[in-house]
Amino acid sequence: MTTHAPLAIEATGLEKSFGDTRAVAGVDLAVPEGVIYGVLGPNGAGKTTTIRMLATLIAPDGGSARVLGHDIRTEGDAVRSQVSLTGQLASVDEELTGRENLILLGRLLGLSRAAAKSRADELLEAFGIAEASGRLVKHFSGGMRRRVDIAASIVVTPEVMFLDEPTTGLDPRSRNQVWEIARALAAEGTTILLCTQYLEEADQLASGIAVIDRGRVIAEGTPGQLKASVGGGALHVRLLDAERRPDAAAVLERTVGAVELPPDPAALVVASSDAERAAEGVAELARAGIGIAEFSLAQPSLDEVFLSLTGHVTDESEPTLEEQAS
Amino acid sequence: MTTAPTTTGAADTAAVRRAIASVERPPRPGRLSTSLTFGWRGMLKVKHVPEQLLDVTVTPVMFLLMFTYLFGGAIAGSTSAYLDYTLPGLLVMSVLFTTVYSGVSLNTDLTKGVVDRFRSLPIWRPAPLLGSLLGDSVRYVIAGTVIIVVGVALGYRPDAGVAGAVAALALVVVFSFGLSWVFSVLGLLLRSPNAVMNAGFMGIFPLTFLSNVFVDPSTLPGPLEAFVNVNPVSILATACRSLMDGEPDGEAIVVSLVVAALLAAIFLPITTRLYRSR
Repeated sequence: MTTHAPLAIEATGLEKSFGDTRAVAGVDLAVPEGVIYGVLGPNGAGKTTTIRMLATLIAPDGGSARVLGHDIRTEGDAVRSQVSLTGQLASVDEELTGRENLILLGRLLGLSRAAAKSRADELLEAFGIAEASGRLVKHFSGGMRRRVDIAASIVVTPEVMFLDEPTTGLDPRSRNQVWEIARALAAEGTTILLCTQYLEEADQLASGIAVIDRGRVIAEGTPGQLKASVGGGALHVRLLDAERRPDAAAVLERTVGAVELPPDPAALVVASSDAERAAEGVAELARAGIGIAEFSLAQPSLDEVFLSLTGHVTDESEPTLEEQAS
Repeated sequence: MTTAPTTTGAADTAAVRRAIASVERPPRPGRLSTSLTFGWRGMLKVKHVPEQLLDVTVTPVMFLLMFTYLFGGAIAGSTSAYLDYTLPGLLVMSVLFTTVYSGVSLNTDLTKGVVDRFRSLPIWRPAPLLGSLLGDSVRYVIAGTVIIVVGVALGYRPDAGVAGAVAALALVVVFSFGLSWVFSVLGLLLRSPNAVMNAGFMGIFPLTFLSNVFVDPSTLPGPLEAFVNVNPVSILATACRSLMDGEPDGEAIVVSLVVAALLAAIFLPITTRLYRSR
């Protein structure tokens, strides 16, 4: 653990209300420098509002926070000069080309005209959007769009980067690319605060996670600790022939662990996060001549994490809260 | 993986890492430079989305043609006499319509999240607003020029020549700087660009029609005439007419400028406050 590392982000009791709605009801965060830290929660949990406060876009109603030692209330300008914001809310200009967007940001950050242009070209090349650089961003695909958003955030490399749901709505290939970029940034020393509603994303990228629900942090820890608290993943198997389920249950009971029988008559579920044993179980089924239609080793979903932490599933009743906040 | 990963259209992680490592934070740009950069952005938009300009210039050109040839004879005795009367007013109408777009584009920025990007940058905070004004002024000049050119093509000849036309255009553009802040406030308050457009035109349409742009107010019923005479659009149209006729009406010009200054004095601070707190 990096408990002695200096903190990049330190928040105590952050609060923000919009009308009668308490979007953020006392959030504490301690993010060490140089890591990717996940803030995990469903829509409307207060993630985006928290980021907007930390990036000095809105003032908190209560509590305090420091980003790289600068108070977000009184030293907003110093905070802004070291952070950058990427996500669903802070985007690039759709009515300009990718290249123009990057030049614009370079100029606004103080690069000379020539330096802004060469920086833009360097980033476009690195992010694989050089060929499309002359097209208006509104004609970009979702994945290209997200990459140009991130490129715009590192025209000058920030010390702290807020990544707000960077892969929502992306196909798996584009998502993996965004993850690669985030890892590259972290490897170069940028601290990343990653807001996401996907446990898998936090698991893939973050070394620490805060789970947030209804404006509060309800759990904190490494991805491993968090998943352990939920009870790990499960092997799901679906048979070609439902008649063979008792045989399959016996095999899996022997090789993997206790078997649950869901309502689907061809399905079996075995609680296990051990990929090797799960694979062994599947191989044993094949050896026993039991036909398998499909199988997967799934991690607990965000719903399961929430169920286990709060006793209720993710509350989607107010999905527009974050939108109201903007 | 059985195939080599494709490199086209994909991020190159090694190059991304090099790009991240290869930059030093430059000193911050000055306020003027920042505002000019935003002005450059505004002009790029005019270049990329010329349709926007079309929207606002087509309507006044349509009015110009319709009123001149449909009503010109009836109102002023001949189409050419009517053109002489109405062209400076249509110049005013054309440019004032364009000011609604200041609010529309500000609102578009807000709904698209670009404003949050700008607000997260270490820049002088009013710069995006002042910069967009620079971009807008290009739009004003284009909209005004189109009307004057079409007018000249139809046979309009300003007595004061090119200088008169340029002076009138300059006055309208300055007035529009003031008026555009009203629509910027609308742009920050309303929910969608369409709502801004509708509300904006609901205001600007009656204001331009209930003025002396199309008809001599002395033919109107008393209360309407009274309103038309104090309507700033009438005063601005009168000022433009006087400039293009080569007999500058000092009072109308001064009143137009004072109204523009008042609008800016009231609505500019509201705009910056709303922009900051959104």
